[in-house]
Amino acid sequence: MNKPLRHIAIFCGLLVLALLLRDNWVQFVRSDELNKHPRNKRVTIERYASVRGDIIVDGKPITGSVDSKDPLYKYKRTYVNGPMWAPVTGYASQAYDANQLEKLHDTILTGNDDRLFFDRTLSMFTGDTKKGGNVVTTLNGAAQKAAFEGLGKKKGAVAAIDPQTGKILALASTPSYDPSTFAGYQAEDEKAWVALDKDKNKPKQNRALREIYPPGSTFKVLTAAAALENGKVKDIDAPTDTPEPYLLPLSTVPMKNHAQGCENATLNYAMQWSCNSVFAKLGDEVGRDKMVEMAEKFGFNNAEIDTPVRAAASVYDKTMDRGGNALSSIGQFNTATTPLQMAMVTAAIANDGKLMKPYMVDQLVAPNLDVIERNEPEEMSRPMSQETAQLVQKMMENVVENGTGKNAAIRGVTVGGKTGTAQHGEKNKARPYAWFISYAKTDSGSPVAVAVVVEDSDATRDDISGGGLAAPIARSVMKAVLDGRG
Amino acid sequence: MSVVTNTTTIGAIDAPSRRNTELVLLGFAVAIPVFAYLNVGLALDGEVPAGMLGYGVGLGLLAGIAHLLMRRFAKYADPLLLPLATLLNGLGLVLIWRLDQSPRLIADSMRRYGSHSGDAPQQLLYSAIGVALFLLVLVFLKDHRVLQRYTYISMVAAIVLLLLPLVPGLGADVFGAKIWIKVGPFSIQPGEFAKIVIAVFFSGYLMVKRDALALASRRFMGLYLPRGRDLGPIITIWVVSLLILVFENDLGTSLLFFGMFVIMLYVATERTSWIVMGLLMSVGGAVTVASFAGHVQARVQAWQDPFSCYETSQACDQMTQVLMSFGSGGTLGTGLGQGHSDLIGFAANSDFIFATVGEELGLAGVMAFLLLYGLIVERGIRTALAARDPFGKLLATGLSGAFALQIFVVAGGVMGLIPLTGMTMPFLAYGGSSVIANWALIAILLRISDTARRPAPSPAPSPDAEMTQVVRP
Repeated sequence: MNKPLRHIAIFCGLLVLALLLRDNWVQFVRSDELNKHPRNKRVTIERYASVRGDIIVDGKPITGSVDSKDPLYKYKRTYVNGPMWAPVTGYASQAYDANQLEKLHDTILTGNDDRLFFDRTLSMFTGDTKKGGNVVTTLNGAAQKAAFEGLGKKKGAVAAIDPQTGKILALASTPSYDPSTFAGYQAEDEKAWVALDKDKNKPKQNRALREIYPPGSTFKVLTAAAALENGKVKDIDAPTDTPEPYLLPLSTVPMKNHAQGCENATLNYAMQWSCNSVFAKLGDEVGRDKMVEMAEKFGFNNAEIDTPVRAAASVYDKTMDRGGNALSSIGQFNTATTPLQMAMVTAAIANDGKLMKPYMVDQLVAPNLDVIERNEPEEMSRPMSQETAQLVQKMMENVVENGTGKNAAIRGVTVGGKTGTAQHGEKNKARPYAWFISYAKTDSGSPVAVAVVVEDSDATRDDISGGGLAAPIARSVMKAVLDGRG
Repeated sequence: MSVVTNTTTIGAIDAPSRRNTELVLLGFAVAIPVFAYLNVGLALDGEVPAGMLGYGVGLGLLAGIAHLLMRRFAKYADPLLLPLATLLNGLGLVLIWRLDQSPRLIADSMRRYGSHSGDAPQQLLYSAIGVALFLLVLVFLKDHRVLQRYTYISMVAAIVLLLLPLVPGLGADVFGAKIWIKVGPFSIQPGEFAKIVIAVFFSGYLMVKRDALALASRRFMGLYLPRGRDLGPIITIWVVSLLILVFENDLGTSLLFFGMFVIMLYVATERTSWIVMGLLMSVGGAVTVASFAGHVQARVQAWQDPFSCYETSQACDQMTQVLMSFGSGGTLGTGLGQGHSDLIGFAANSDFIFATVGEELGLAGVMAFLLLYGLIVERGIRTALAARDPFGKLLATGLSGAFALQIFVVAGGVMGLIPLTGMTMPFLAYGGSSVIANWALIAILLRISDTARRPAPSPAPSPDAEMTQVVRP
């Protein structure tokens, strides 16, 4: 009986061998895939296993962690003034993953980042409990507060940038949500999440970064810069050759002007009262390709503007016909931008033609306060010459002093701005968006550029609505930044 | 001058007892789990666990007593089996204790039953009973051939044990599989004991019938087919296996019994045709049952694509959790006490305990465990090779074959190699029946190996061999 017994011995060996091979397959080959599987709760467990680091504004945390006394996830995320800061922090939920800064810098916040390896090893020996690192933002608490309170119950967004560095100072979006309402994974968290999901006002949408709106007349500053750069206008106080009414190229439709005196108006006057015809004609003269080039230098058509939270791509159509280009030059047709993008345009003008890359994370800090990573201001592009920028500034300052943007004026400070009312919807039936972009300037350059959009303006379809609804918000944001510097 | 005429693998004459080897190995088998225990305590609470001394002494005592009795009652037995079983049982206790500390499982148990008590103390008690049974077998079973007398009683006992869970009022349906019986506060898995009893029956039966089965057959298409009347028992076993599968929803047990029978038939008759027939019958039976038993279908579905069906089937949910446990263990594991294998839920310390090994000890740990089990199996087969009587050969074959199949079915099931079956990893998993029965299994193997390796009594001095006296005139 020994011969078959030896076969059985081999057979049993093969059984074990099969198990060994299978084990190598599961634990070695498929290990990564299984570890990253969305159903694998280990990532989330790890995320909340220790006190999570904080997101810091003005030296104070706007987030926190509480011991949730829960067997699955030890700590729960809390937020200071959640709705106001939600567009900056994003959320970190035990049930619904995380997004924005909470997700992008998850490894720092949990303390699992490779760069924190030394800290972790050290605390293993000293017996300290593991802690996460902090994310220090560039935001300005006062400006954020001004923006959020200025928007109030209205639907809209504010983005404010320091033109000289590209630091994002404010990023507000309304209606907003409180990330702490669904930070856990209990029934009430689910209820809060579902309610937010169903809300047709889309409170979870980060309007400042992730929503694109037709920019309306605010886009005219870009068209003006393009016209000056390409030599279509040499003197902003010289009359342009603009007929009234102006017929769009390839069309018989006359372009309507809300303002008076637009026929052959100077560029400065056209900016002051927002003459559509003058800018449409100038955009046509510059031509589509040059307009596209200009817009792209400002950051249009770029799907990778990372602050590090990625902003939606703003659009300036590259393939439209002449008529489309003329309409686009006054911020209509397919043109659409994020509030951040318009803040970048304003910032580049205020910074004498130099566009700084916008960013909102200043430093990543280890639990022991060592700086792991520091973001330095970085030049993104130079869309125009210094002379052009200063000419546009002059016109924008005129808008605030004498034109449609009077509501943004701050006593004792030079303020430049531009209003906008973007019509949208089928045959413009929907309520127009009220826009306002502006910057403030002191002796040492401009500390703040801001873009405001208010979605549900119930004002008249007039540039006044941009000036009336959005300008006061921009003004209070600028004032908050200026006061903070004093 | 000794005459070496043995043809078996292990020399029959002057075999060293190897008891000292066993003692050294036992030292490791006790030390490793004690360090593992310390490791878990440090990882979970950052301090030396309170029960450390008691646990170490307890395990050491069990091993020590077993060793001493081995010296007395099974002097020549295989030196590896006892240390291997001790090591596995000790590590199993550590793993169960580790899962006892899981706050998630505690919370789960509080929600389900309103109370929580650790399983490790009970498992320690079961292990002690198991070792006691082990010793009883060694002390009272002086010769394994005694078991031969109980061939047909064993058959009846095995069938009764297997079918007990079907008795209304006695059987308990636990999560789909009816393989438990409840006697008072105890629940017993009769299948674990039936495994041994039925091996006794097969050995006794086949020893008697092997010639008839092997020789009286017709040749058909290159295969030797047995006569119809000899087919009786194999058909019976097949039917019983199917009955278990259909009525008890127990894929593992039926596979185990049928596989064991085929292996023993093959060894007894030395005819490959039995293997072919066995495979055909098991495939036929499995396909038939799978085509109408929902429980089996769900398991197969969970095996084929665990990630697509977790919403519809609990089996899938467990399977995904188990796979993710193994996956996140990676090559070296997270370290004892630092994994999340408790996400598997209620069966984490019984059916799926191997996932904890996978997550916390990693690929390296799992392979080590598989090799430990492999060693037990191969030592068992070596015992069968060395055994000099056909009954002992068959019994050792059956027991080690069953052990190997059980390892394969359980480990293969939790690692997704084959569909999941509700069986337990011998010595490792929580469960009284399993630990006790497997200690008895090891005891019988040791008894057979002791008989096999025991030196033949030295021949009586033959007068012829004596020096011829020279009688001086």
